[in-house]
Amino acid sequence: MIQQTQSDGREPCAPVRRSTQGAAARLLLIPLLAALLFSQGCGDKSPDGTAGGAVASTAEGGLSADELENGIGPAKTAPELGPLNAELAASGQQIFDMKCLSCHRMGERFIGPDLNQILTRRTPRYVMNMILNPTEMVQRHPEAKKLLAEYLAPMAQQNLTQDEARAVLEYIRSPHEAAQAKAN
Amino acid sequence: MGLGAAGLLLQSCGQSQPDGGMMGSGDAASRVYVAPGTHDEMYLFCSGGFSGNVTVYGIPSGRHLKDIAVFSQYPEKGWGYAEETLPMFNTSHGFVPWDDSHHPEFSQTAGVPDGKWLFINGNNTPRIARINLATFETDEIIEIPNSSGNHGSPFTTMNSEYVVASTRFSVPIPQEDVAIKSYKEKFKGTLTYVKVDPENGDMDIAFQILVPGLNYDLSHSGKGPSHGWSFFTCYNSEQANSLLEVNASRNDKDYIAAVNWKLAEQYVAQGKAREMAVSYMDNHMDEHTRAGVSEERTSVKVLDPADCPEMIYYLPTPKSPHGVDVDPTGEYIAAGGKLAAVIPVHSFSKMLKAIEDRAFDGDVNGIPVLRYDAVLAGEVKDPGLGPLHTEFDDKGFAYTSSFISSEIVKWKVSTQTVVDRIPTYYSIGHLCVPGGDSMKPWGKYVVALNKITKDRYLPTGPELSQSAQLIDITGDKMKLLLDFPTIGEPHYAQAIPASILAPRSVRFFKIEDNASPFVTRSEKDARVERKGNEVHVYMTSARSHFAPDNIEGIRVGDTVLFHVTNLEQDWDVPHGFAVMGARNAELLIMPGETRTLRWEPTQAGVIPFYCTDFCSALHQEMQGYARVSPVGSTTELSWSLGD
Ligand SMILES: [Cu+2]
Repeated sequence: MIQQTQSDGREPCAPVRRSTQGAAARLLLIPLLAALLFSQGCGDKSPDGTAGGAVASTAEGGLSADELENGIGPAKTAPELGPLNAELAASGQQIFDMKCLSCHRMGERFIGPDLNQILTRRTPRYVMNMILNPTEMVQRHPEAKKLLAEYLAPMAQQNLTQDEARAVLEYIRSPHEAAQAKAN
Repeated sequence: MGLGAAGLLLQSCGQSQPDGGMMGSGDAASRVYVAPGTHDEMYLFCSGGFSGNVTVYGIPSGRHLKDIAVFSQYPEKGWGYAEETLPMFNTSHGFVPWDDSHHPEFSQTAGVPDGKWLFINGNNTPRIARINLATFETDEIIEIPNSSGNHGSPFTTMNSEYVVASTRFSVPIPQEDVAIKSYKEKFKGTLTYVKVDPENGDMDIAFQILVPGLNYDLSHSGKGPSHGWSFFTCYNSEQANSLLEVNASRNDKDYIAAVNWKLAEQYVAQGKAREMAVSYMDNHMDEHTRAGVSEERTSVKVLDPADCPEMIYYLPTPKSPHGVDVDPTGEYIAAGGKLAAVIPVHSFSKMLKAIEDRAFDGDVNGIPVLRYDAVLAGEVKDPGLGPLHTEFDDKGFAYTSSFISSEIVKWKVSTQTVVDRIPTYYSIGHLCVPGGDSMKPWGKYVVALNKITKDRYLPTGPELSQSAQLIDITGDKMKLLLDFPTIGEPHYAQAIPASILAPRSVRFFKIEDNASPFVTRSEKDARVERKGNEVHVYMTSARSHFAPDNIEGIRVGDTVLFHVTNLEQDWDVPHGFAVMGARNAELLIMPGETRTLRWEPTQAGVIPFYCTDFCSALHQEMQGYARVSPVGSTTELSWSLGD
């Protein structure tokens, strides 16, 4: 990929494409993205104007060991992963195709990371929290922050329910389904 | 210089108090200050007047929150350009892309605004629109047949059983090619009762009442004891058809028409209405497809007062009355006699007694005229010049706008005595107390909606924005808090506490519920299909790309229909879609929604398209190309993303 130069000076937007290179450009981008993320965080306000979703900075950089391992968000207990539930995985794929496929392709790097082997790197709870609470995750979790710096497109909040996120988890743990998606 | 001086002199008119009724400026600032990141206390919905739309403001800050596209094409939102929105503009005259909107009116339950819907009239090509207050979008536009100048509209009854409409212009009914001078013999007005479905708000015309050929101006419905009646002002009792400025101002008194609509319902049930062949359109935005559907209706039930005794009475009212407003108790009916020296206040209970006593003073085409002194509660003396409209607070006071003397006059309803007055800048028309035409006003503010702006803001050439003013009414003296500009001519406005609307505000449309026939629910299904010379592009958008974003095989002479589905499922992530050279406008697609842009390319080449609504850090990357080949080209139809 090549670095794109900025043609019109008015655009406050990031002057690079998604790219794995260009450290200088990336440095330039990070504050911008942080600012954008922060403004996106305002969306979590409850209607009465209280900042319900504002990030509590109780321990700046001081996530608990559990949060470091399992992420920050509504998935408080580890989902039970039994033998692959094909029915659940199929419903998870439907949700994935609709709400996640724009950014994630099983078996390839796309707008976001390849999720094929995700459970070798993350716990199931971490995956659920990343789906359910992406905005806070990319603001606070060191691993999610690293990925944002690498991929530059922040993980979108797609407002899945816990049950839907669980179904998506079942789909992305299914190597068979993943291989099929790749074949498509 | 001379001209400038004259202008300045004019501008300073209307200021009768040295301080202009201004609250101490520090106090006023603190009363209207809404700190960054915090929210206003109320929503104010202003009619956009000749903009044809509705504008929403926060009160007390005067922050402009939104324009709601209603009767007029609105390119920013693709309203009236996106294929799904075109049917909303359909009328018996064809596609009408503009109107003149005057009176926003909340739906009510038990006489209190319930925050479900906002109705507003289209004055010019008679229509009523219904805005959904969960989405702040127009859900229905119904045309009013046998009508002309739909001004006295759409005023709701206590439980939104009906919204009513009346004809400012009398015309031949049914329309026919006759001499204008045949006004007195041939011209009629109508009063229309539009039924509102309590569940989904769907509007249908229940019946119309054929009335003598006067100008029916404004309306309000009874409440409490007067529930079941509606009141319409009318002027031009002279039945002039030219130079109304003079010829319709001769009589000392015109009328308020009092209509017993519960009795009218009974007459309809008894089969007294005649079915009249008409043509009018009822246009809905389908909740599931989010696409407009336009249906023609071909008949309407019409009641003739000659067949329906006791259904209508005329209340004599000086002099060319404009507004007619019913107080929260439902007993007092105040009229704005715009050329009168007093504000007449009628009593509903006296009106019933006068009917019982047959206290009549002649008739108009068989409709009895009640005796003025038999229905009058009292007159407000010295109300200012040109009283137009009255709204009420929750403490027994009324606030009347006086156009000519540019002021708001506060008076006690039970005694009709003036207790306070405050200048406005300039030439106030309507005014708005939140809930001020309901049974439960939130009597904290009155908003003056001024017709003339002059020097209130920085000059912007010959055309100025309009001017609204926020006035505190919590104390004995009204106090001016804030000026803020508004759009079009803000005829009327209604305000409602934010606590009623904000919790129900929709944040995005669920993609699972998208029933558009053109939806693309997954990037997997993005594709291009040719049907003859129509090319359908089934496209998705998500931060920050369209799928597909490279399309080839389009030919000059094709009609390309971009069906763009926004796959985002979060608040405040619309995507825009614009194509170079498209002769319409952009699309603005809400999360979970599908919108269609029609494009008829005229030249071979490679045409870019892009997202217009800054959606992410990589928004400027959100673009694509459509290759257009000459007529007869054999370039294969193909599409891709990320090749
Ligand atoms: Cu975009």
